[in-house]
Amino acid sequence: MKTLYSPLDEKSVRSLKLGDIVSITGPVYTGRDEVHIRALEYLDEGKEVPQCLKEAVLYHCGPIMVEDKEGKWSVVAAGPTTSARMNTLEPRFIREFKIRAIIGKGGMSREVAEAMKEVGCVYLAATGGAAVSYAEGLSRVTGRDWADLGMPEALWHFETRSLGPLVVAIDSEGNSLYDKVREKVAENLSKQ
Amino acid sequence: MSPSDSMVVKLPEPTEKIIENLLRVANTKIPEDIGWALEAAAGWETNPTAQAQLGAILENVRKAEHMYKPMCQDTGIPIFYVRGKFDSSIAKDITQAVENCTKSVPMRPNTVDPIIRVNSGNNLGLGMPCIHYIPTDDDFTEISVMLKGAGSENMTKLKMLNPSDGMEGVKKFIIDSVIDAGGRPCPPGIVGVGIGGTADECVAMAKRALMEPLDMEDPDPEIQALEEELFVKINSSGLGPMGLGGDTTVLGVKVRKAYCHIASLPVAVNIGCWATRRAVARITDSDIVYSQGVRL
Ligand code: SF4
Repeated sequence: MKTLYSPLDEKSVRSLKLGDIVSITGPVYTGRDEVHIRALEYLDEGKEVPQCLKEAVLYHCGPIMVEDKEGKWSVVAAGPTTSARMNTLEPRFIREFKIRAIIGKGGMSREVAEAMKEVGCVYLAATGGAAVSYAEGLSRVTGRDWADLGMPEALWHFETRSLGPLVVAIDSEGNSLYDKVREKVAENLSKQ
Repeated sequence: MSPSDSMVVKLPEPTEKIIENLLRVANTKIPEDIGWALEAAAGWETNPTAQAQLGAILENVRKAEHMYKPMCQDTGIPIFYVRGKFDSSIAKDITQAVENCTKSVPMRPNTVDPIIRVNSGNNLGLGMPCIHYIPTDDDFTEISVMLKGAGSENMTKLKMLNPSDGMEGVKKFIIDSVIDAGGRPCPPGIVGVGIGGTADECVAMAKRALMEPLDMEDPDPEIQALEEELFVKINSSGLGPMGLGGDTTVLGVKVRKAYCHIASLPVAVNIGCWATRRAVARITDSDIVYSQGVRL
C-alpha cells in the first residue's frame, strides 16, 4: 500500500492510477451534505468559509465522536458515507476550493469526474462500514468548524496516520472504476 | 441461528436492560451467519480490489468486537420487532433503552425532523423508535432489533407491477434494483424481498426478511429456489464488494410472499448492507435466550 502525504499537490494527485491502493497521512477534513450546502451558500453571500478547505483532502464522513471532561474530542467510529448524495454540489465545491482528493464510498457522477479532471483531484474509495479501522487512522482531532450542524454534519479536522485502505476509483483524468465495473456488469447480465 | 451462537441468561433482568444489551450486541458483534458468509467470500474472491474490501471489512469486524465499539459509524435507525406476549409498557422500555444507548454505546444521533432537519440528539423524536408488534399466543416475549443505516435503506424500492409482468418481471425488478444501487448500500449484503401483499405490507416483508439468518432455509421450496436463483444471478454480475468489481455482490437473498389483490403484483426490495446488525432476546418466565437472527 502506497502512502500519500497530505496536503497533496496537483502533480502527485495526477500521478495516481485507477485501482491503486493507497493510504493517507496528514490533514483530512470531513464534510457531508450540510458542509457542502453551507460552504457554497456562504460563498454566494460573501461570508467567510473555513480556510482549511483550500486544496484539502475531503472525507465524506459523519463520525461518532466523544468529548471527555476536559472538552477534548476523540473519534469512536468513522467510515465513509455515500458520496452520490453530494453529486449536485460537488463539482462547484471542487472548483471553488481546489479539492485534491475526496474519500467516500459508492462513487460520484460524471459531472464530478469532469471537475476532478479539470482541477486535479482524485476520488478515493474507502471500504464502507469499516468505521473502527478508519477511526484508528484518524489519529488526532485538530479542530472543528460549524459545530451547530451537529456531530455527524460538522466540519471536523483530523491529523491522520495511514488512513486506509483507499482505492483510486476516479483518477484525475476523469476515468472511473465504477464506470468500468458497470460496463462489465451490463455485459455479464446480458449473457444470462 | 445455531444453538452454539445463542446465550442463555437467568432472570430476573429488567426489560430496559435487556434491550440495552441487544443494542450493544447488535452494534459491536456481527451476526455469526454474516461473519461466516464474509469469511467464505474472502476465501473465493480472486479480484485484488475485492480482496482488499473484504479484508478491510473482516479486520474492522474483529476490531469492533474486540474493542467493544460500533462496527459502523452509521448506527442506523434501530428497527424493533416485538413478538409473543407483551403489553404497552414495552414501548417505554424501548424508548429509554435507545436514549441510554445513544450515550453509552455510543450510537450516533441519527434522527432529525424531516422538514427543518434539526437533530433531536438522542435518536428519538416523533414516530421514533420504530417498533413493529406481532402479538401471538406464545408463552414468551421476543424482542428483536435491526440497525438499519441510511446507505442501504435509501436504496429501498417498491413497484406495483402488472400481474401480466409475471415472475420474469419480478426477478428483473429485483436484479435491476441491486445493480442500480451499486456500491451505495455497502455490498456485499443481503437482499430482502417482498412479493405480494399490499404496498405497505410488501415493503414491511422485504425488511422483515433481513432478520432471518442466512443459513436458514425457507420452508417453501419454491421460495428457496427463487432465492438461490437470484443469488447466483446477482453475484454473476461482477458488481462486487463496494461496487468496485468482484464475485461477491450479495451474501444472500431472502424472499417473503403474501397473497395480493387479483389486479396487483407488488414487489419490494430492501437491501441490508454487510453490516446487517441484528440481535434477538426471547424472554420466558425462567430465562432469556439471546441470539442474532430470527425468522419473523
Ligand atoms: S450502508 Fe451499512 S455498512 Fe455502509 S455505511 Fe451505511 S450502515 Fe455502515
